Amino acid sequence: MVAAPVKPKIRVRDLSVSYGTDVIQQGVSFDVRESSIFAVMGASGSGKSTILRAMTGLLRPSAGTVCYGDLDYWSSTDARREQIGRSFGVLFQGGALWSSMTAAENVALPMQMFTKLTAPAIAALVQLKLTMVGLQTGRDGMPSTLSGGMRQRVGLARALALDPEILFLDEPSAGLDPPSSKRFDDLIRDLRDGFGVTVVMVSHELPSLLDICDDAVFLDADRKTATAHGAPATLRDHSSDPVVHAFMTRAIPIAPTVAPTGDPHGRG
Amino acid sequence: MPEAPSGRGWVAQVRDGEVLLVLSQNWTETEFDPAALAPMLTLLEQSRWKTIRFESSQLGRVGSSLLAFLDSIRSTALRQNIGFDEAGLPGSTRHLMRLLPTRSPAAAAPRRPVSLRERIGSWVIASGGEWFAVTALVGQIILRSGAALRGRASLRKLDVLACLSEAGAGALPVVALVNLLVGGIIAFVGSVELRRFGADIYIANLVGVAEIRELAPIMTAIVMSGRTGSAYAAQIATMQGTEELDALRVIGISPDDYLVLPRVAALSIMMPLLNLYAAAIGILGGFCIAILMLNLSPAVFVAQVEDAVTIPEVLFGIVKSLAFGAWVAISSCRIGLRAGRSASDVGRAATTASVNGIVGVILIDAIFAVCANALGL
Repeated sequence: MVAAPVKPKIRVRDLSVSYGTDVIQQGVSFDVRESSIFAVMGASGSGKSTILRAMTGLLRPSAGTVCYGDLDYWSSTDARREQIGRSFGVLFQGGALWSSMTAAENVALPMQMFTKLTAPAIAALVQLKLTMVGLQTGRDGMPSTLSGGMRQRVGLARALALDPEILFLDEPSAGLDPPSSKRFDDLIRDLRDGFGVTVVMVSHELPSLLDICDDAVFLDADRKTATAHGAPATLRDHSSDPVVHAFMTRAIPIAPTVAPTGDPHGRG
Repeated sequence: MPEAPSGRGWVAQVRDGEVLLVLSQNWTETEFDPAALAPMLTLLEQSRWKTIRFESSQLGRVGSSLLAFLDSIRSTALRQNIGFDEAGLPGSTRHLMRLLPTRSPAAAAPRRPVSLRERIGSWVIASGGEWFAVTALVGQIILRSGAALRGRASLRKLDVLACLSEAGAGALPVVALVNLLVGGIIAFVGSVELRRFGADIYIANLVGVAEIRELAPIMTAIVMSGRTGSAYAAQIATMQGTEELDALRVIGISPDDYLVLPRVAALSIMMPLLNLYAAAIGILGGFCIAILMLNLSPAVFVAQVEDAVTIPEVLFGIVKSLAFGAWVAISSCRIGLRAGRSASDVGRAATTASVNGIVGVILIDAIFAVCANALGL
């Protein structure tokens, strides 16, 4: 890899994650450039979401480092970690909206908790963000009354609530039909272009990956480590690794690898 | 030329019916203040300008507050037929502005105020419907338990056994603790009064009769309502939220059979047994106090209890606790079944179940007391 002239926004080195004694991924390294859209790719159960959890502070890695700028996240103090975390926006799988609040209240809560904005300012910003993500109706509806796509949009608006520097997206287009998924991808790119936000997304949706991601890392479920780095289109056309090639072209591997044993944790 | 109007991060230069908004500084979200917008918007509304242009070479970091600022200027300009020329804005900001449609979404219709009469009326109708549903569920359970005894209901033995163990053996420690203390307290309080008449010996009668007839059934039912009833409601409400109930219905398993029946059966069987156990422990509590603190002889205490407690009294307690068990299980399951799908609905279901269980148990006990009085039991 050519040494990047600018310092990467996020630097992950030799990251290992495990649940108890069950190793999910080990020795994963990659850099995320500022204002790029970076994908963590891999088949279901390869530990993509787990890597994301280690990056967002939800799961302490068993080894390795995650650095934001010059700050090593996991060796920082709790207070410093919280401060770094303030610059994150996270969209969870399926939105993970707080079910006892309306869509608008979901977006307003982070602003109420972490800014000194006045109530009218928050109300105006909430409307702005919900418009930006394309939610026209149902703003005062409870999450249970919203469709999957709408929930996803509200989740994105909530992730954008504090104008984050880094946006983490866990399977952003899961459960969306192809046109909606395309619109969601465009939205993510527009947000990146407009705000200069750095996007890290976990996905196995090929169209999204090829369409909007500048860079990616491929996690292999069997070898339990990162087996390829680069732009998704480059990996598709030039990767020599049969597993990566099969994933990127949706082909069946020529020599099928041994099927992994059942995945009890349902990791995505 | 009048002084150029300005605000935090912007200066408006007016020239030949045009206004050039010079933007500078950072526009991060935390700087946003709708009040600061007001002068610009009034200016726009009063002016006869033709076009509004932008100059953004001094602009710092762009955040949501710039978008909010531009969005309200744009919609005011549109209303006033003033041209909005976004060419001077950075490309990225123009990009984001495109995500904001110029037509503001129609405001939601204001909510009609609900009158007190309407509220009372709908509450009466709703609670009437609820009683109807509970009655229907009771009927359904009775019919289905017949089917279950003939082995024709879709419930698994394992579920029934799990419910039995959870509602029975699992509850032994807490039921014992509560009843031991209550028995002791009754003996203690009773002794103060009885001693004045030199009737200490009747503490045994007091503790025995009170425990068998009233305290053991009531205390056990209250403990079980708080412990097991709320757990049933929370379990079933959670299954509602995760669509597990729908999954059962779709493949043709009735939740009434599969979930409610084993729970009602378990609690109806276990409550009378727990009641007997509780009464024994309660009497033991009274016994300990009587022996250790009031200096009664153990043999006398036991003889007095044997004398005071008759078989009809014991049966009365058992029948009551059977009714309590059935009530707690049915009302809790019903609350779980009609709960909403959100996390807070689960909490509400658990609370309602334990409150309804306890209040219902005491009401039922009152009915039993009146009936027993009328029948001379």
